[in-house]
Amino acid sequence: MDVSALLLSRIQFAFTVSFHIIFPAFTVGLAAWLTFLEALRLATGRPLYRRLFDFWLHIFAIAFGLGVVTGIVMAFQFGTNWSELSLRTGPVQGPLLGYESFTAFALEASFFGVMMFGRRRVPTWFYLFACAMVTLGTSLSSFWIMVNNSWMQWPVGYEMDANGIFVPTDWFAIIFSPVVWVRFPHMVLAAYVTTAFCVAATGAWYLIEKRLHAEGVEMIRMGLGLAAVLVPLQILFGHLTGDYVHDRQPAKFAAIEGRWENEKPAAEVLFAIPDEATEANRYAISIPYLGSVIGSMSLTSEEVGLKSFPPDQRPPVAIPFFAFRIMVGCGLVMLALAWFGTWTTHRRLLPQRRWLIWCIFLSFPLGLIATLTGWFTAEVGRQPWAVYGVLRTAEAATPSLTAREVGVSLVIFALIYGTIAVAGIAYVHRLLRRGPEPDPQTMDPQLNPKRPLGLAAGGPAASSNPAE
Amino acid sequence: MIAFWTAALSLTLALYVVLDGFDLGVGILFGLNRNEADRRQMLRSISPVWDGNETWLVLTGTILFGAFPLVYSLLLSAFYIPIVVMLSALIFRGVAFEFREKSISRKWFWDAGFTLGSLVATFVQGAAVGAMVGGVPNEAGRFTGTPFGWLTPFSVLCGVGLCLGYSLLGAGWLVRKTEGEVRDRAYRQLPRLLAGVLAFLAAAFVASLAMNLPVMARWLERPFLVLFPLVGVSGCLLVWAGCRRRDDRLPFAGAVILFLSAFGTLAASFLPYMVPFSVTIAEAAAPMSSLSFMLWAGLFVLPLNVAYTVIVYLLFKGKVELGEGYR
Repeated sequence: MDVSALLLSRIQFAFTVSFHIIFPAFTVGLAAWLTFLEALRLATGRPLYRRLFDFWLHIFAIAFGLGVVTGIVMAFQFGTNWSELSLRTGPVQGPLLGYESFTAFALEASFFGVMMFGRRRVPTWFYLFACAMVTLGTSLSSFWIMVNNSWMQWPVGYEMDANGIFVPTDWFAIIFSPVVWVRFPHMVLAAYVTTAFCVAATGAWYLIEKRLHAEGVEMIRMGLGLAAVLVPLQILFGHLTGDYVHDRQPAKFAAIEGRWENEKPAAEVLFAIPDEATEANRYAISIPYLGSVIGSMSLTSEEVGLKSFPPDQRPPVAIPFFAFRIMVGCGLVMLALAWFGTWTTHRRLLPQRRWLIWCIFLSFPLGLIATLTGWFTAEVGRQPWAVYGVLRTAEAATPSLTAREVGVSLVIFALIYGTIAVAGIAYVHRLLRRGPEPDPQTMDPQLNPKRPLGLAAGGPAASSNPAE
Repeated sequence: MIAFWTAALSLTLALYVVLDGFDLGVGILFGLNRNEADRRQMLRSISPVWDGNETWLVLTGTILFGAFPLVYSLLLSAFYIPIVVMLSALIFRGVAFEFREKSISRKWFWDAGFTLGSLVATFVQGAAVGAMVGGVPNEAGRFTGTPFGWLTPFSVLCGVGLCLGYSLLGAGWLVRKTEGEVRDRAYRQLPRLLAGVLAFLAAAFVASLAMNLPVMARWLERPFLVLFPLVGVSGCLLVWAGCRRRDDRLPFAGAVILFLSAFGTLAASFLPYMVPFSVTIAEAAAPMSSLSFMLWAGLFVLPLNVAYTVIVYLLFKGKVELGEGYR
């Protein structure tokens, strides 16, 4: 494989996986929320929960469908573009991804059918059970993906044979690798937080448009309330993830920190423009001592800089450096919004604070951006290795591929995914705009003077009306 | 252990071919029907199950990756372009399926995408099988051929043949699941499709003889292989009898038997090779530690997956209810 085919393969993998991750990130959280709503409805009998359930089920269906079809590409891309990786690490990665398909994919896909089409065909308890199984399936799916990816980040439990094949020797070590058990919660929490903010933002949208008041407030209350608990937890797991990077992937850690020289005590670079040509930062703003505190919880520790590694063992600096800062920034904004928003909702002050409603509305992409930039940090930071420290990305690619082939496939994927993205956004937007089916009996006419109008302006209700 | 995984792989692949085969076939036939009510009925007959069906492709891919990584990396890198085209077609088809219901002004676009995606995915699958029968150039499991090496007259023939075959399955499914005009139309299509499939099989047989494909030598060595085509003949008879007697259950059953016999014929004539005739099953298998780790999934989860599939099909058994919406 020539250099440009390698680069194109990397771009293609990054593009397809980034596009794909959006949907699982959303469905993992949404499945759990739907199950929770269904359980709440069974427990309380409030029709509002059923309306919210029915409404979000449509969104879930679209995201789930897109997740399935874009996931199929991922299952094959290891072989098409990274045949050396799959040939040599297949004995480890193949079974892990196999478990992902076995336990999760089929579980999701089968019960998903019941969830979508079976409400009137199965008993109530079985319907709830199907929702729970879909939730379990999506979570198990992420679990195996994280085990696999964590093994690539920190390979354990294997021996290499004479042909360079990675032969697994200790599956327990692979599955219960400490790296897995900080990165898996980090990913699941990311999915839940992403969903929570999308739900809250949708509620805020209805409040801005002064319609669907009860539904809007409930979405904000549940979304932000969940986020108020989960975002701090997520920051904790983020910190633990940082600890493993610090201890096991020092070159990645140095790139994230934008640290070129070994420093003792180390400063923390808040912002800079790292320059790989001069091996230095421009326009750096740093805080003394903080780098040692973050890296080692000490005021005196020595922290490793990028120059300690030969240039061919350093990751590209700019992407992990900036992606990490964007991720942390999103996290802090979400923390502030979740806490302040929850407090405001609790005090019933939300209607007076229009600016806060607008902020909640505009926060819808924060979770997704944080998830994506987190992955960029992890994956670009792992370079130049496919399997950290053992197998280089350049050696992992399919040798027979030409730049032209990958170029063509990349264009095909870009066109198809582009079409899907445009149409998907348009349809989801239309569904969200219409909102949950209104229920005249539970609405308070004084709060919703414009409800009938909102209903009439709700768009083409016919196309997905279940009673059609 | 290797035998177990070979059997598991055969099972998932056969299930994929039969299950996604019929919904891809319905997708192809969908393009021949312009009536909106009929189209909705066709979609409803496959909407609860199509994505479940496609997971068998993913399962096949992942068993291949986990249990036979050498074949996984060899075949996917050798068939780079067909795989990319097939995946794109499947994606497009899948989203077209979801989006046509939500679209107001662009329904025609998604309908065309649904049919075209089904057709292209099917053709490419058939062509790849045809190319595999012809052999995949490799050295120690690393592909040494050219990007378009898979595209030969024989593989094109196989691609067209599979389109006919999946349509036959699809028509059988429609007869089974629908009523009224959709079913009548499928009954009219069945004999023609059956004739097309038989013509393809005859052409493929003649072509294999003419090209002196190594697979033909196997037939002389292993006369018992004739059993499989005989089973296939019984499948054809079943389809035919179903059409004659208007028995809604028979054509699909017959088409499935025909497919399974074709699958069995190919598999039995390749043994012990996995990639004919260069990589044996034993050479391709992953180390014992990988195979035995995956065994848990194989023993418990694979039957469970089969059970889910059966349950979902039972839940949605019988004819499509006309009054029922897509969602």
